[in-house]
Amino acid sequence: MGALNVIVLVSLLYVALLFCVAFAADRAAARGRGTWLRSPIVYTLSLSIYCTAWTFYGAVGFAARSGLEYLTIYLGPTLVMVGWWWTLRKMVRVGRSQRITSIADLISSRFGKSNALAVFVTVLAVIGTTPYIALQLQSVTISFAAFAAADPTHTGEISETATALWVAVGLVVFTILFGTRNLDANERHHGLVMAIALEAVVKLCALLAVGIFVVWGLAGGVDETLARIDQSAIARWDVPGSRWVGLTLLSAAAFMCLPRMFQVMVVENEDEGHLRTASWAFPTYVMLMSLFVVPIAAVGLDLSPAGANPDLFVLTLPLENGQEGLAVLSFLGGFSSATSMVIVAAIALSTMVSNHVVMPVWLWMSGGSAVISGDVRQVAIRARRLSIGVILFLGYLYFRVSGGGTALAAIGLISFVGVAQFLPALLGGLFWRGANRRGALAGLSVGFAVWMYSLFLPSFGASAVMPQAVLDEGLMGLSWLRPQALFWAAGMDPVVHAFMWSLSLNIVVFVVVSLVSFPQPVERLQGAQFVNVFEHSATSGGWTGGLAQSEDLMIMAQRIMGAKEAQALFAEAAREQGVGGYLPEPTPDFLSRLERSLAGSVGAATAHAMISQIVGGASVSVQDLMAVADETAQIMEYSSQLEMKTEEQARTARQLRQVNEKLTQISVQKDAFLSQISHELRTPMTSIRAFSEILRDGGDMPEAEQRRYASIIHDEAIRLTRLLDDLLDLSVLENAQIVLSLEDGELGPLLDRAAVAAGLTDGGMVMHRDAEADRVRLHTDTDRLAQVFINLMSNARKYCDAEAPRLDIRVAERNGTLVVDFIDNGSGIPTDQQGTIFEKFARVSETKAGGAGLGLAICREIMARLGGGIEYLPGQDGGAFRVYLPMAEGAAAQAAQ
Amino acid sequence: MSRDGGPIFLARRAYFQRRMMDAARLLPVLGAGMFVLPLLWKSGEGARTVAVMFYIFLCWVLLIGLGWIVSRRLSPADAPDAPGAGTASEHQVRPSREG
Repeated sequence: MGALNVIVLVSLLYVALLFCVAFAADRAAARGRGTWLRSPIVYTLSLSIYCTAWTFYGAVGFAARSGLEYLTIYLGPTLVMVGWWWTLRKMVRVGRSQRITSIADLISSRFGKSNALAVFVTVLAVIGTTPYIALQLQSVTISFAAFAAADPTHTGEISETATALWVAVGLVVFTILFGTRNLDANERHHGLVMAIALEAVVKLCALLAVGIFVVWGLAGGVDETLARIDQSAIARWDVPGSRWVGLTLLSAAAFMCLPRMFQVMVVENEDEGHLRTASWAFPTYVMLMSLFVVPIAAVGLDLSPAGANPDLFVLTLPLENGQEGLAVLSFLGGFSSATSMVIVAAIALSTMVSNHVVMPVWLWMSGGSAVISGDVRQVAIRARRLSIGVILFLGYLYFRVSGGGTALAAIGLISFVGVAQFLPALLGGLFWRGANRRGALAGLSVGFAVWMYSLFLPSFGASAVMPQAVLDEGLMGLSWLRPQALFWAAGMDPVVHAFMWSLSLNIVVFVVVSLVSFPQPVERLQGAQFVNVFEHSATSGGWTGGLAQSEDLMIMAQRIMGAKEAQALFAEAAREQGVGGYLPEPTPDFLSRLERSLAGSVGAATAHAMISQIVGGASVSVQDLMAVADETAQIMEYSSQLEMKTEEQARTARQLRQVNEKLTQISVQKDAFLSQISHELRTPMTSIRAFSEILRDGGDMPEAEQRRYASIIHDEAIRLTRLLDDLLDLSVLENAQIVLSLEDGELGPLLDRAAVAAGLTDGGMVMHRDAEADRVRLHTDTDRLAQVFINLMSNARKYCDAEAPRLDIRVAERNGTLVVDFIDNGSGIPTDQQGTIFEKFARVSETKAGGAGLGLAICREIMARLGGGIEYLPGQDGGAFRVYLPMAEGAAAQAAQ
Repeated sequence: MSRDGGPIFLARRAYFQRRMMDAARLLPVLGAGMFVLPLLWKSGEGARTVAVMFYIFLCWVLLIGLGWIVSRRLSPADAPDAPGAGTASEHQVRPSREG
């Protein structure tokens, strides 16, 4: 049996084993067993699809051509994994909380669930990945060819295209079988992941085995191997700095952006904690993968005939040295690398294509109603399966067209630069709330165009797609537009050149457009959700379910998620709402939850569109959200108005209460006043009546007696008149009906006049005045002011109970106010009465007869009219009143002198 | 958005958790620094592929070791809720600010 037949047989057996493993894992997961399926090690191993056939075969070729440079391809991902705390942790959290199905879904979901963006990313991903799939097919075919060449029994030429076709068909079958079992792309493909983990182990073992064989079997030990490296063409360390740094960055960017990496890292992620283990376990894996690369390359260069393809050293070295078993293992390693990459890439891309291209188109074609049309579930699954076929066919086509001539690594790097264009939108979306859809679209477009122009199209070879003239002289003869020397940046490595320019321009455009354009509400909502994912891993809201029909939603959900799952979801939601049966109220909460569930199957943008069709016709979208937001704003405004009104009402109520209290007081006062006045009027009236009756009935009465009685009546009448005058005076004053007759005057004479009128000059009371201070000029109603002075002086005369009564009149000027204090040496007014003495009919004591108690009330009113005031001055060893009033301008100036 | 109400000073355990987070953030910086260092070596003066290879792989192992320690410290294996320990420590992360 020839080696070729062996290899075909072994491949078939290996594939059968993979089928079994995948099948068993799926079954175990379905039965809820097999927790080891969800271990972090399986997760780490599934990440190893980063190491494709390009890595497996190509790394040695890479090393044989340019020494240690191949390490950059692993150092980039190592740094990303070690720095998981920065980005991957957030990416995984966002992916899980938003039920993200692919990188296109993530970017579209972040930027307002924009389907345009999703389509764009999908197309870019397909273009970027197709050459990569071709690369895998190529690696499998050339490894077959290598076996065929070494097989003496095999005479005929092996058809490379046929091999590639068969491999492609086999991969389609495997991927469809295990990659599209469930529609919910967010569910884990346990079988598939398990198979990939197994393949990861196989390729690592294979490469290590070959490495050990080469070092200890062929070279004869570590020292000899190192000696061979020193003697080989790659002995010198002369990697250009730009390439070393540039390729490390490139591989780091690609590691995060590659659709297949996103698939295993985020979508298939079972537990965020797995990232913790993968952070050091994955670097260990790639380190082991690259450990023997340089020795194999050096020994291969040494032992193989000149012109041998260094890409195949891993295979040819054992083969030529009679180690067929090892060669078969090595072949399986390469086969594993190729197949696992293709399978995952096909799943990732098919999810993107079906969710973002096929489903929206189908929705649109089916008349815009997800309810009436057929089974969405079947359509989605069929779309996904078809996409897998189409993607692999595209890869095969690329392989046929390109002829498989280029070195493996070249295609890989070109592909890397293509997908790295997602990086600004991805990281910007995760860390910058200001990033918006227009910016992402513009940045991606520019980056993609530059990549196409400067790297992808020229990669087909001179004059293949791009005319040689353009390559040499630039587009339309513009030298700064030369594809590999943009802006005259010649002398750079083409890949690094393209990477630098495409990503720089991408970032610049992305940032600038984001800065100057205003995002839509959904974008801002999602932006907050993504950037602050660790604060609230909650849902994105935004649905108003007023018009939604629960039943329609249920019909649609059943078609997408499957009847059982949909019913369970609806029943649970209904139970949570406290409603029986299967139909919950279409609350915003429920709708967003349903949307996320659907997003797991058909992607965020499609799910959003489908629900919007049912919830409020096709128009429920950003505009509706805006309306909702407006409504909320209005309600908030209204409620704040209400609040204000409530406050105002409370204020009014307080005022009313105060007024009411005052009214009550006034009413009491009025009653008191009336009883007081009647009493005051009655007393003189009574004596007048009594004495006038005596006079009338007295008959013969001595004249002296008559005169006495008549004088009493006269006195009482005067007293009555005075009382009435006072009352009238007070009422006039209180109602502000008096007309002041303002005139110039001097304080001294005014006080003299008042003292005479108050009877202080008759010697009973000593008055102290400062003649100098009294010379103050006034401009006021001097008669009224004199009335106040008279009142105060006569009060002092009447009530001062000192043995040697004395009245001090002190005049002072304070801050433009004239202050006149009247201080006697009597016992003053008790503290408890000081507050009421200015009220009407208030009298300090009933014992001393006097006025009706209106004097001070009148004084107060007068002073208020004159713009000043009167108050009692406590603490002066006697009764003390202070009168103050504003000074005339001239008077103030004079007083100041 | 500033976080209000959070404690300014933490207990020893939470404090070390924070420092481990810092370490996790700084690790890739250290790695990048180590990996670009060989660019400074002149190719003629003894900087052979073998030497650089040894250096890079040594750094690699060191980085993996540090990463292992940090990730272990970030998720205490002895905690009863080991799988949830990750999420439990998440809330201590400083939220990013709105631009």
